[in-house]
Formats: sequence, structure tokens, C-alpha cells
Amino acid sequence: MKVRIRRYDGQKEWWQDYEVDVKSSDTVLDVLNKIREKQDHTLAFRLSCQMGSCGSCGMVINGLPALACQTRISELKTDSIRIEPLYNYKVIKDLVVDLNEFVNKHRSVKPWIIRKNPEELEEAPIEFKVTPEQNLTFVQFDYCIMCGICLAACPTVAIDPLFLGPQALGQAYRYIADPRDEGFEERIDILDDSHGVWRCHFAGACSYVCPKGVDPAKAIQFLKKEILKYRLLHKKKAATKPAELVEKAPPPNAPKPPPFDFKFEGGV
Amino acid sequence: MRKDIGMETLDYDVAIVGSGLAGLRTAIEVLRRDKGKLGLKVAVISKIYLMRSHSVSAEGGTSAVLYPEEGDSFELMAWDTIKGSDFLADQDAVWRFVHIATQEIRLIERWGVPWNRREDGRIEQRWFGGLSFPRATYAQDKTGFFEMRALYDTLLKYDNWDRFDENFVTSIVIENNEFKGFTAIDLKTGNFRYFRAKAGVIATGGAGQLYRITSMAVSSTGDGYGLAYNAGLPLKDMEFVQFHPTGLVPRGILITEAARGEGAYLINKDGERFMQKYAPSKMELAPRDIVSRAIMKEIMEGKGIYDEKSGLYHVWLDMRHLGKERIEQKLPFIREIGLKYLGIDIVDQPLPIRPTVHYNMGGIHVDIDGKVLDSTGTPVKGLWAAGEAACVSIQGSNRLGSNGTNECLVYGYIVGNDIYNYIEKERPALPSPSQNILTTEEDRIFGKLLGKESGGEDVYEIRDELKDTMEKYVHVYRTGSDLEKAVVKIRELKERYKNIRLTDKSRVFNYNLEHALELGNMLELAEIIARGALLRTESRGAHARLDYPNRDDTNWLKHTIALKGADGPLFSYIPVKITMWKPVARVY
Repeated sequence: MKVRIRRYDGQKEWWQDYEVDVKSSDTVLDVLNKIREKQDHTLAFRLSCQMGSCGSCGMVINGLPALACQTRISELKTDSIRIEPLYNYKVIKDLVVDLNEFVNKHRSVKPWIIRKNPEELEEAPIEFKVTPEQNLTFVQFDYCIMCGICLAACPTVAIDPLFLGPQALGQAYRYIADPRDEGFEERIDILDDSHGVWRCHFAGACSYVCPKGVDPAKAIQFLKKEILKYRLLHKKKAATKPAELVEKAPPPNAPKPPPFDFKFEGGV
Repeated sequence: MRKDIGMETLDYDVAIVGSGLAGLRTAIEVLRRDKGKLGLKVAVISKIYLMRSHSVSAEGGTSAVLYPEEGDSFELMAWDTIKGSDFLADQDAVWRFVHIATQEIRLIERWGVPWNRREDGRIEQRWFGGLSFPRATYAQDKTGFFEMRALYDTLLKYDNWDRFDENFVTSIVIENNEFKGFTAIDLKTGNFRYFRAKAGVIATGGAGQLYRITSMAVSSTGDGYGLAYNAGLPLKDMEFVQFHPTGLVPRGILITEAARGEGAYLINKDGERFMQKYAPSKMELAPRDIVSRAIMKEIMEGKGIYDEKSGLYHVWLDMRHLGKERIEQKLPFIREIGLKYLGIDIVDQPLPIRPTVHYNMGGIHVDIDGKVLDSTGTPVKGLWAAGEAACVSIQGSNRLGSNGTNECLVYGYIVGNDIYNYIEKERPALPSPSQNILTTEEDRIFGKLLGKESGGEDVYEIRDELKDTMEKYVHVYRTGSDLEKAVVKIRELKERYKNIRLTDKSRVFNYNLEHALELGNMLELAEIIARGALLRTESRGAHARLDYPNRDDTNWLKHTIALKGADGPLFSYIPVKITMWKPVARVY
């Protein structure tokens, strides 16, 4: 099978063709490994888990951004493959792109649980109460493996480098929708911005290419709704109260005292 | 940054190598304990991007005692862990571990883990192999992934740390039994770096890549083991390699034990639920070593199914009777894996599975606080290890499913606190190593390896032969003669490795160089595993010798210690800490 790869060595760009023996069960990542191990040790691409969990191997395969480890040759239904680095990122070498801005955008939306009383996050005698139904309101958005594929597909990212992008916005919604979180007001000015949710014109490409079914486009529309509700109706994100602690701690258990001092305060 | 010694020097209070659960948890613990009091500055160094570590692949659950009022207890969890370890676990460490696990589950719940819940909003748990109570706490079948997300995102909340994505650590700098930092290659630029730090943590995970069929990520090449071993530090119990019973044929992708926890059957060629022969009371939920042996035995007796495409024999993992609804709620990722890699929907068809390399019980020899010990059992000043890279030993000769992620969390907590106490009490100064240590290391990599023009051996050919050797001779069942063959072959490969030549001579993202350095460590580890297994003339936990089929507590109730010698590893043994239960026969 003919494999054509977009290459870059820091100075020049070129297309390079390889001829590879493939099995129908091979993934695109298997093909790349065969090239690097048997034909060309200089080919640079990232990989790690090989099972669609770690987000390392995002690249553009036959024009579509995807995880190489989850793309089987037999699915492509073509007799040659064309592989390029993810669009909308700076290329460092071959298929390796610069993810620094991407991870900074993720961090900029404060993607962590915020409580009005931060101490509640530090002491944990018992858990917050979250019903299975409440879990469903945010867990889909928590599937994000930070592969960056959605940004490669997004037409808005292509024209506005300051746009927060589907990944970061989707993650903002993941936390805002979490019943344990009380951080909507801390995040609203970051999101309610011309480079924030309003920049999205709902092409939906991000959700189409997401390998984990996160649906960032939906999350962004939900964010718009929450922001409008807050700004226009002066309403908080939702009428529901945030998650509370379960009612009582379990009874003390240990029949005999542990033989060690488990408190670390005050010395080794 | 100092430039005076010809490289970039980066100063930190704490330098953590590895960004999986153990590394991230350690970083958070140092920062949240500090709260700016000492203003400690932390570096998290990883050869891949943060959030890409292999911990994301942990699927089924994390054990902890949450419901004592329903019959669980710390004693029960400790007993399950120790019995599961085939009595090679240090019982004092296990007893401490089971207590801290409870608080960790609730803490990371606060930080966002979407644990599966009961109808009343409390955390749900489920069965796992070798447990006496369903205490595997889980978030669908992506438990490790969600735990990583919560830790990574929580770490982003803090300011006083820097991330060093794609920095490959090449050595630990130690002088006079004192930790003085790490050397590393910044893969993005190819520059050599010295991380100068008061405290170091090795949290680099395991070494599944020694084998061809493994559930472990390509990044799991045992770098931390190699770093410690090459620095003259002992590795403990390395011959105990866990085979997870249910790896998807052909490549060994993990099919979580939770599938069996939810009720999946193991079926041989004749349609028989064969576990009734091997573990009549626990059936499919016996510990991993027992189930892996049962599957290999079925295959050896001709009751496996032959897969023509891969040339591998396998058995079936059957989940059809669980029903679509339960599969979608509890095992969605397993369904996705079946569909994406084999085009099989587990709702309608069983999956072909066989044992896959999954975990290293052994690791860097540490004490109960995670302090790295030298060959005399004395802690190296300023150096810790945590998670799979370390061997306390909690896991003994066989880890129970759902006891890996919690060890990472518990030891991240313990080590983070121990480091904070150390810095607060001792107020150590930044170390100053002799310059030639650093320049020698720089020359080893860029002069002697990258710059070498002679030699014709290829990194990937040696690596392939190593994987085949381990797969063939150092597998679920071992024999003296197979292990001897393995040792001979590994030593041959080590000789050939001296003669390798890199074809990529560039500096930026030179994976050829990274793979060559990894392979150097992998060859050392393979020799330690094979020779340690050859010396251990008994069967215990994951180490099953066909020529010595019984556990031998008289001679072998002891930990293996391997030290680097002039011509391969030197072995010695230390006692197991038995404080609660005397070893008994292990029957399920």
C-alpha cells in the first residue's frame, strides 16, 4: 500500500511516499510504526497507549483529523493513505505539532471544581451527593482526552488564533454542568467574550471528528444559553442547589487502632 | 538558569519524573500541603505530554473500604491484598495502605472524578478478582482516565510548578548517597538539561514493553527502573510480572477485569466455563495469576481456539448474557474497543482473549514512606519513588485487580507529605554535583551514542528480538531450561546493543535516540527478570515454574534484590515483613 506523508524538518516541507505491506486489521498507527521501524528511523510522530485513551496520535488521515490508533486501514476503503500533521497547529517536525497554546487555553477556563468554600475540597470525611442522573449531565464532556483533534477541524480556529476553541469551551461546560461546582461566576467573563463562546458559529465539525463522543459543539450552545440566562435574566446558572455532602459519615470502623501514625502534620 | 557547565540548569525544590497518577498526586500533595508557606517550586517532568501517561488506560476500579456498615473492613481489604500477593507483601505497608485508600477515594471525588453512583447519590462499588467484598470503586470502565483528568485539572489550579512535557530523563545524579538531580533531553529541541533539585521522585510506571503482547502503553519501557539500577540502586522482586488474563487478541489491549466483575464468563473451545476446574468458589473472579494460568493451561491442553489472522490461540470472554443496557452503563469502553478494533459488538458476540502483560509487581526498592533505599537498606537522601515504579512491597508476587491505581494515589499522598516534612525540617540547600558527572552523561548520549558512526546494529531489530524472547521464554509458565535460553539470548542482545548505530542524527524530536536509550534499560531489566526467575526455584503468585510447581516458604519467603554488577545483576534476598497473618495455602 502506498502511504504519502507530509514531512517537515524545521526548514523544508515535502511529501514523502512509502510502500508498506499492510494487513486489513492494521491501524494507521501500525503502518506508521512499520515505516519508522523498518524503513525510515527519522520519521517523527507521537504515540503512547495505542487504544484511544491517551490522545497522543491525532493526525489528519485522508483529509480527516483522527486518532491513528483507532483508524483501521480496512475502514478507509482507499488503496493509498495520505497523512498530514493536525491542521491549525504549528508543526515542529513531521507529524508532531506544538500543543502549548492548546493546553494553555484549556487551563484558562479554570477547569477544576470550584467551591465557594475552598476548604470543602481539601477535607474529605465523606463524598458529595451526586445521583446517577446528575452524573449524566456532565460525564459525556469529561470524556475529553485532550487529543486536540477538534481544533484541527474547526473553521473558526483556522481564522481566529485567539478563539478559545471547542476543547477549552467544552471543558468549561464540563465543570459548569457538574453539580459539585460553584464556579460559573468566576468563569463567565472568560467565556462571554468575542473570542469565547460567541465566536463559535456552530459548524459542528468538532463534534463530528471527536473520537470520544464529547460533542463540544453542544457544550458551547449550552454555555451560550447559560450566559444569556445569567446576563439577561440575572439568573444564576441554574435554580438547583449545588451538590451537598451525603447526610452522615459512616460509623467508625476500625475495631483495632492502626499500628501507625497516619497524621503527617508535625514531623516524620 | 546557569550556563557555566555547558548545559541548561533548572533549579527546583522538588523534581518529579513521571506524570501518571503517582507523579501528579505527589505534585499536588506537595503544593497543597505547602500553600505557599515555604514557596516550594515543583517540576513535573515527562517524556510524553502530561495527561498522556499510561494511568489513563486503567479501566475497572480502585479498591477502598467505603462501607464498613455493610460488611467491609480494613482487615478484610488487608487480608485480600496479602492473600492475593501470595504472602510476599510487606504486611505493615499493606495495613497502612488500606487506611489511606479510603480518604483518597473521597478526596479525588471532591476534585471531580465522576464515580458511578448509587441511587441515593453515594459512591457505588463493584466486584473484582480476589476480593471478599465488592470494593472496587469505579467510574464506568475508564476509572484511571477519570482519575487522571481530576488530578491533572486540579494540579492546573496551582501556580508554583512547571511542566516539562516531552523531556526524557537519562540519569539520576547521586553522590555520597545524596540525590542531586536528574539529567534530561528536551525532545523538542534536543538540548541537554540538568534538573537540580532538593528532592526527587521517580514515578515512571512499569515495563510492559519488554513483551510483544501487552496492555501497557508504548511509553511503559521501565525507564525509572533503569535509572535507579544504573545509579547503583537495588531493584526488588522484578521476576514477578503480572499477566492480565483478558487481553484482546491479537495485540493485547486490556479488557477490564470489571467485565468479569459484572458477570462475564470465560469459555473454552468446547463451550465449557473452565474456571470451575481451577477456582471453584471464585470462578472467573479468582486473582489474575490464577486466571491467566488457567487460560494458558486450557490452550496448552488444546482447548483454545486458533485465530488464523494472528496465529494465536485464545479463549472466549462472553458478556452476551449481561444485556445491552448493563453493558452500556458499566462497560461502554469495552464495547467501543470491540467495535473499533475487531468489529465485534460484545452485546452479540464473545471477545477472543488471552493473557497480556499488564503490571510489574517489583520495582525500585523503597521503604514504607517511599524513600528509595540503597544496597545497604539506607535511604538515599532526597530521593523517593512511587506507584508502579516503586516496590514497597504492597503487591507481593501478585497484585489484585483494582489495587494499582490506589497504590499510586496513596503513595503520591505519602511521598508528597514525606518530602514536605523533609524540606521543612532539614531545610536542605540546592545540591552542587561535581561537573564531570554531568559532562560524562552528556557525552554518553550525544557523543558516544548519537555521534557514533561505527557499528551496524539496529535499535528496532534488537528490540523485536528481545520482545520475542520474553514472550517465548519468560511468560506465564516458566521452566529452568526456557529461562536459561532467555538469559543466553538477552546477553547476546546486550552485546549487540553495544554495536548499535543511530540513523537519525538530528536533535529535534529524535525518537531514534530516545528508543535507543529506552532499549538499553529494557535489556538490563530483561536480564534481571529472567535471571531472578531462574534463581527462584518455587512457584509463587505470578511466578509459576513448571519444574517447581509449589510455593516454598521455607526457602523462598523473601524478596529478591538485584544490584548492578560488572557482568550483569547480582542477587541477594531480604525478609518479608509479616506482622499480621502467617502464610497459609492460597485457595479460591
